[in-house]
Amino acid sequence: MSKDMMPHFELFQPDSEETALDLLSRFGDEGWPVAGGHDSLSWFKDRAKYAANVVDLTGIASMRGIREVDGGIEIGALTTLTEIENNDIVQSRYGLLAQAAGHVASPQIRNVGTLGGNLNQDARCWYYRYGVDCYRAGGNTCYADTPEGQNREHCLWGADRCVAVSPSDVAPAMVALDATMIVRSASGTREVAAEDYFIGPDIDIERMTVLEPGELLTAVRIPGDWANAQFYFEKVADRNTWDFPLVNIASAMVVENGTISRIRIAAGAVQCTPRRLTVVEEVVTGSAPDEETAALAGQAAVRGATPLNFNHFKIPLLENLVKRAIRDA
Amino acid sequence: MTENTTIDTAAETEYPQPRYDSAGPVAAIGNSKASRRSFIKGVIASGAVASSASYVFGGLSGCTPEQAATPGGVERLMSLNVNGEVRRVDVLPNETLAMTLRYKLNLTGTKLGCDRGECGACTVLVDGVPNYSCSTLTHTVRDKAVRTIEGLESPNGDLHPVQQAMIDELGPQCGFCTPGQIMSAVALLEANPSPTRDEARRWLSGNLCRCGAYDHYLNAVMRAAQSA
Repeated sequence: MSKDMMPHFELFQPDSEETALDLLSRFGDEGWPVAGGHDSLSWFKDRAKYAANVVDLTGIASMRGIREVDGGIEIGALTTLTEIENNDIVQSRYGLLAQAAGHVASPQIRNVGTLGGNLNQDARCWYYRYGVDCYRAGGNTCYADTPEGQNREHCLWGADRCVAVSPSDVAPAMVALDATMIVRSASGTREVAAEDYFIGPDIDIERMTVLEPGELLTAVRIPGDWANAQFYFEKVADRNTWDFPLVNIASAMVVENGTISRIRIAAGAVQCTPRRLTVVEEVVTGSAPDEETAALAGQAAVRGATPLNFNHFKIPLLENLVKRAIRDA
Repeated sequence: MTENTTIDTAAETEYPQPRYDSAGPVAAIGNSKASRRSFIKGVIASGAVASSASYVFGGLSGCTPEQAATPGGVERLMSLNVNGEVRRVDVLPNETLAMTLRYKLNLTGTKLGCDRGECGACTVLVDGVPNYSCSTLTHTVRDKAVRTIEGLESPNGDLHPVQQAMIDELGPQCGFCTPGQIMSAVALLEANPSPTRDEARRWLSGNLCRCGAYDHYLNAVMRAAQSA
């Protein structure tokens, strides 16, 4: 048992977005926002990352809850995954999101883990998490992409020095639902499409989203466009609980007169960002959601995949998940 | 570790509510210094506390008030509602609920397994909801009601139905994960008094059992559901 503690930090508990943003802009690089804490505290416990000033966001009531807006819904970033999974509106109109939220980690983690925390969580590459001086940590080596590197969980696309993947189950669902991220800082608010919110190592190797220091994801807005579509979510992981996905798939599809009239589909854990499968969308639109279309979709989905030494299995896995998403939704 | 680690509510003067507010950090500094000093004086008077504190927190640099990275954070002295009792306790900003419960409040029924939210041994209820206390900062549950395994037995000594069912069904093997399993099961039955076995399995899926006694635990939960 660990009798150890995290290194000392000061803890701040603002009760409004304004105070939180003011604190974070004042602290700059020395500030660290925390919501549920499962990502952050493990960094601190492992001495892999450190922040002098931790800002606990959980007292900010305005960032919590699910509201109906403009035909869609807005979910506060501090809403827990359990609240999302059990919410009536989410269940009845955006079942995809309820399913994705319900597949994260374990019940206790979903009870405190928030939407914002899940979307903004850092890479789960174990070399990086261990605190080594890899590219993502500011060094000049990748320990996963070597002849003996253990990269079974790593990427099929988008490698650029770093081969870590997006670990979120909720993120692909947000891309499939065409969500908009509401980002606030002390100087204003901006809106970013879910698809553009996540960034790969080619854009910035030290972070996984467009969030700048001092900015907060305060809410996520989901438009009405995909409400009550035919949804498919599936996560494949080594264990049913706790585990991050080896691959997950989220799709929203509208079928009219027996043919797919429109679809958005995204896969997680195959590259550093949720991968929107636009090729699949183009291949299947206008066709019936049958076995033949599904087979074509699966083949299209994996085109160009570049496996590492130990993750070839992700190619047929993704292909099969895409097939099911088209055929079984 | 003795009861001295907590501060008797009645013996202490009222401390300011330890919360950062828009009045700014400057106001908070004055308050925090005064109360820290009086607390530390109290601690020095009691050797037992001083030695146990160094056992738990010894070898850790940077956690004295003088070395604080930035002044103005949370007030360390706080009231914690545990098992229906409000207890005054000195809590570091970086202290987890499991640490506070075990080493400050002497509630050692809550176990620490992995200390990373990956095993469930430390599960307690916060406002009725199962949480991993190893991954919860104590200061974040200030206004909430915490329930631990010690709070389940009724005042007359009767075990909680889940506890009794665990005995009747020979639920535990080594017993280390049992307090966490029981807390999850208690929350389940409060939210859903007659779960299916699959619902119970999913609800308890955040609690590992190294002995692999999962089916025994589920038998106990189903028995408790019938007896409640």
